[in-house]
Amino acid sequence: MNALTLWFHRMGSPPTFYAFAERWRPWFLWSGLLLTVVALAWGLFFTPADYLQGDSYRIIYIHVPSAWMGQFVFAVMAVSGFVALVWRIKLAEIVSLASAPIGATFTAIALATGSLWGRPTWGTYWVWDARLTSTLILLFLYFGVIGLSRAIEDRRKAARAAALLAIVGLVNIPIIQYSVYWWNTLHQPSSVRLFRGETTIDPSMLWPLLLMAVATKLYYAWSLLGRAQAMVLEQESGKDWVRQLATADRNA
Amino acid sequence: MHADRDRRVRRMSLLAAPGALLRRDLLIAWRRRAEVLNPLLFALMVTALFPLALGPEAGQLARIAGGVAWVTVLLASLLSLDALFRSDLEDGGLDQWLVSGRSLPLLAGARLLGHWLTTGLPLTVAAPVLASMLGLPGDAALTLLAALALGTPVVSMVGGTCAALTAAMPRAGILLALMVLPLMVPVLVFGAGAVDAALTGVSPLAALLWLAAGLALALPLAPLACAAAIRISAQ
Repeated sequence: MNALTLWFHRMGSPPTFYAFAERWRPWFLWSGLLLTVVALAWGLFFTPADYLQGDSYRIIYIHVPSAWMGQFVFAVMAVSGFVALVWRIKLAEIVSLASAPIGATFTAIALATGSLWGRPTWGTYWVWDARLTSTLILLFLYFGVIGLSRAIEDRRKAARAAALLAIVGLVNIPIIQYSVYWWNTLHQPSSVRLFRGETTIDPSMLWPLLLMAVATKLYYAWSLLGRAQAMVLEQESGKDWVRQLATADRNA
Repeated sequence: MHADRDRRVRRMSLLAAPGALLRRDLLIAWRRRAEVLNPLLFALMVTALFPLALGPEAGQLARIAGGVAWVTVLLASLLSLDALFRSDLEDGGLDQWLVSGRSLPLLAGARLLGHWLTTGLPLTVAAPVLASMLGLPGDAALTLLAALALGTPVVSMVGGTCAALTAAMPRAGILLALMVLPLMVPVLVFGAGAVDAALTGVSPLAALLWLAAGLALALPLAPLACAAAIRISAQ
């Protein structure tokens, strides 16, 4: 058995996972916070203003990483859900279940910051642009997964049901995106293609953005591990190691 | 000779259980004709509301007819999806599916086919009526008919999969809508887009082919997903 599979097997044991999460969470949190501060300070104060949009473009340091995370977390949710369904690994169920609210929040942040930026730039909070619409549908997909998992009492069954829906959603996401682009170009000429600027972004603006992307991943790891810890404790509440943990806490 | 007969017997037995299930579902639907007609009546009624809300001007109605017809059909299908697996879960029927040793995807496929025959097909057949209520000209109405024929099976299959996931809940109406409607965006876009294209004189073939592609994708995958959902719900 190689080191990686061994690690996966070890992580399958709740106490080991709990200890692992306990050890690594502070690292994720502090490195993520540090990167956020550096990236935001860099992005907000030390990069030049855009010649066309002025300072309002700086919202991309929140907006773009959130949008990336919205899609990334959905993929993580579906892939770990697939692992949970196929190999029945409890931890994968927990990762899939715990990811949904985080991803939904990132997607909502991306939509909210996008519409705040759209107001001064496009003159309206919302346009039925293909990109915006598919992000909105992504948020709805998240809501469906969260709603389904909350509606089923049994935690493991809820995790499996949500995992299946997430997989169906992941298969659908490219189709939805394609269809929405098709729809938009059919109905109106593409008047708004500001996002195409992403590839032609100046390096001085790109670096803080990439740092922010890493920072959001670290935050996600921190938040995910915390939620997973809570779920593990709930699931194992009768076990000895949890009791020991609780009494140790009380004595401390 | 012998092997050939064996193979034939096996193939028959492969389809025997799903066939019996489909016959049973259709028979039940026939005995409860009034109930089966409800989605159709719902669709007709909602369609009748649009001229009342927007004014009877035919040109204006025709312009939005494709979208109106598709949204109406989607909502009408949703209504009938909720109970698709519930009674079988409650009386232990789904457990029998699981322990029968028959192919679960085929059984699920038979149930989905039954749903389409009792909901999607009537709605498709009613398409000319919906079209004339909304003042759609002839070829656009034909396009709507074709789009519904290709799109409603996908609605039944994807919706049925979600319905299998919510089968254990006493009432899942809104939640089911929340799960199914985002997944139905492509069908809506291409379905309504086909009618729109026909209306503006562009060939609707592209959109129809996309719908057909979606159907070709859903046909093998949806029964598998639905079987997995049944496994999760029935455990």
